[in-house]
Amino acid sequence: METSRRNFLKAGGACLLGLSLWPAVRVLAGDGPDVKADAGALKGKRWGLVIDMRKCWPQYQQGCRDCMLACRREHNIPVIDNKDEEVKWLWTEPYKNAFPEQEHAYTPAAIADKPFLVACNHCDNPPCVRVCPTKATFKRPDGIVTMDYHRCLGCRYCMAACPYGARSFNFQDPRPFIKEENLDYPTREKGVVEKCNFCAERLDKGQQPACVEACRVGALIFGDLDDPNSEVRKILAERNTIRRKPELGTHPSIYYLV
Amino acid sequence: MLVKALSGSKKYWGWITVLLALSGAGLACYLWQLQQGLTITGMSRDVSWGLYIGQFTFLVGVAASAVMVVLPYYLHNVKVFGRITILGEFLAVAAIIMCLLFVIVDLGKPMRLFNMIFYPTPNSILFWDMVVLNGYLLLNIIVGWHALEAEYKGVAPPSWTRYLVYISIPWAVSIHTVTAFLYAGLPGRHYWLTAIMAARFLASAFASGPALLILLCYIIKRVSKFDPGREAIQKLAAIVTYATIISVFFVGLELFTAFYSQVPAHGMDSLTYLFVGLEGHGKLVPWMWTFVVLAVLALVLLINPVTRGKDGYLLLACGAVFIAMWIEKGIGLVIGGFVPNAFERVTEYIPTLPEALIALGIWAAGFLILTILYKIAIAVKEETV
Repeated sequence: METSRRNFLKAGGACLLGLSLWPAVRVLAGDGPDVKADAGALKGKRWGLVIDMRKCWPQYQQGCRDCMLACRREHNIPVIDNKDEEVKWLWTEPYKNAFPEQEHAYTPAAIADKPFLVACNHCDNPPCVRVCPTKATFKRPDGIVTMDYHRCLGCRYCMAACPYGARSFNFQDPRPFIKEENLDYPTREKGVVEKCNFCAERLDKGQQPACVEACRVGALIFGDLDDPNSEVRKILAERNTIRRKPELGTHPSIYYLV
Repeated sequence: MLVKALSGSKKYWGWITVLLALSGAGLACYLWQLQQGLTITGMSRDVSWGLYIGQFTFLVGVAASAVMVVLPYYLHNVKVFGRITILGEFLAVAAIIMCLLFVIVDLGKPMRLFNMIFYPTPNSILFWDMVVLNGYLLLNIIVGWHALEAEYKGVAPPSWTRYLVYISIPWAVSIHTVTAFLYAGLPGRHYWLTAIMAARFLASAFASGPALLILLCYIIKRVSKFDPGREAIQKLAAIVTYATIISVFFVGLELFTAFYSQVPAHGMDSLTYLFVGLEGHGKLVPWMWTFVVLAVLALVLLINPVTRGKDGYLLLACGAVFIAMWIEKGIGLVIGGFVPNAFERVTEYIPTLPEALIALGIWAAGFLILTILYKIAIAVKEETV
């Protein structure tokens, strides 16, 4: 059979139309997710974390790194020596670097030189979610800002958008750099971004975040910011806390007691 | 008409071979990058965009500048531009293809590129950039090709292409506005968080694009029988002059706001890093002063009507404008935005050799496309002359 140019174009057009209908077909034909939520899952409207650095420092000075090590084990975080390509979820920064706007020449020495735990702030108004072109970074209904590592393009727009330096990119295959692998959490491939996820996978099983559970002195307090009776809300009501870069309108969910 | 690209002088084929070799070298490095990851580049967790995204940003401007020949011709009836609108449109096509390639090589997971279409996300400026860039590419291919085909056949171009031309004019503005919004909407990047970002982008685009077009016109005049015409070139030169003045003025506005207000959060730290160095780091300082010297030189040569009217000086000025804008936008603007980082520390960035070769390879591929398109266009024009 001769195919005229006209017929070829017609067939091509029909095929294209079919392709564009495909997502709709999938939605209509699918019967929804077959994963059921755990009955014991922790439920919150907006998870938040209060970090009491005064409790932390004496331990930290004695070499305690329990929270960071627990986080690394839980999430298969690679240990990469090269500072430029480090993957960091939870780490420390000096006061003047973590709170550049609050630091002044006469900051008490008891604070100025001390390390502060920093991580993704799980902003209520997260710029990383706003800029992501594929919704690979998204905010869950419980306020956690998390990622789908399988959808991420590796465009790194979120890294440009995050004002807290909380995002890391896998410049190379991270798997050879994982010390001990936790089979309950995925490892990542090269070319995707990652960051702290407030242990969403543990909350869904009814557990506290790994760093909170690991802390021996209770310096990390996790809870629902939306619940006036939660422990975090009680602390926030009683004591003065600070947040990182509040002037940017991102509304971080991590509060610091200093 | 495509066949016209297949017959040319020895010089033509020599040039094509050089471009193919450079593209090939870039491709080889890219295959290596695909295998190893972006670790082979100089980018880091602090400077997470580098040469690739810088080139992308600069070339969007070159593409947008096609409107500077199209608009006067179609809206103000500037007849002398009629002969060169096709050159502007084909330059836009080549520049946009380079832009798209630069975005693709920057991706950590290029095989997931289509996730942008499978999961369209209108709140992301990158999504809109994809829409406007591809739309602009399509508009210029359709309009350019139909205009050329009509010229080849000695008839008027189909009337419906005129509507596409009208659409392409605001569309050109949109591609560079949206690209500026990629930067200007981020809360933590003080150097980028400026309301005049899109205006700055457009001004430098309308300087660098027409400057390149003037250089290309001179080359075309030399290697072919087609003469774009002195009057057209002089009109373009006037556009380059105004756009360069506005562009430099805008950079001055940024400097004033930052340094008179003395608010660090208005880009003072980034500008200090770029022009004099910050905390002992100043790898971009020589580049930025090269920008300053070239911009001043270009302004002197362009504003003076005597030098602007002389071929040699005009060529020099256009070269200076092109390089100056490339430094300011393709290097300083993107990297400067990442310095200092979120923790007020300075991490410097230097592209690696494979990274530079990949970038050079894309430029070569773009010029290959441009050469072929111009070859066809000029062959058609030579026949009708």
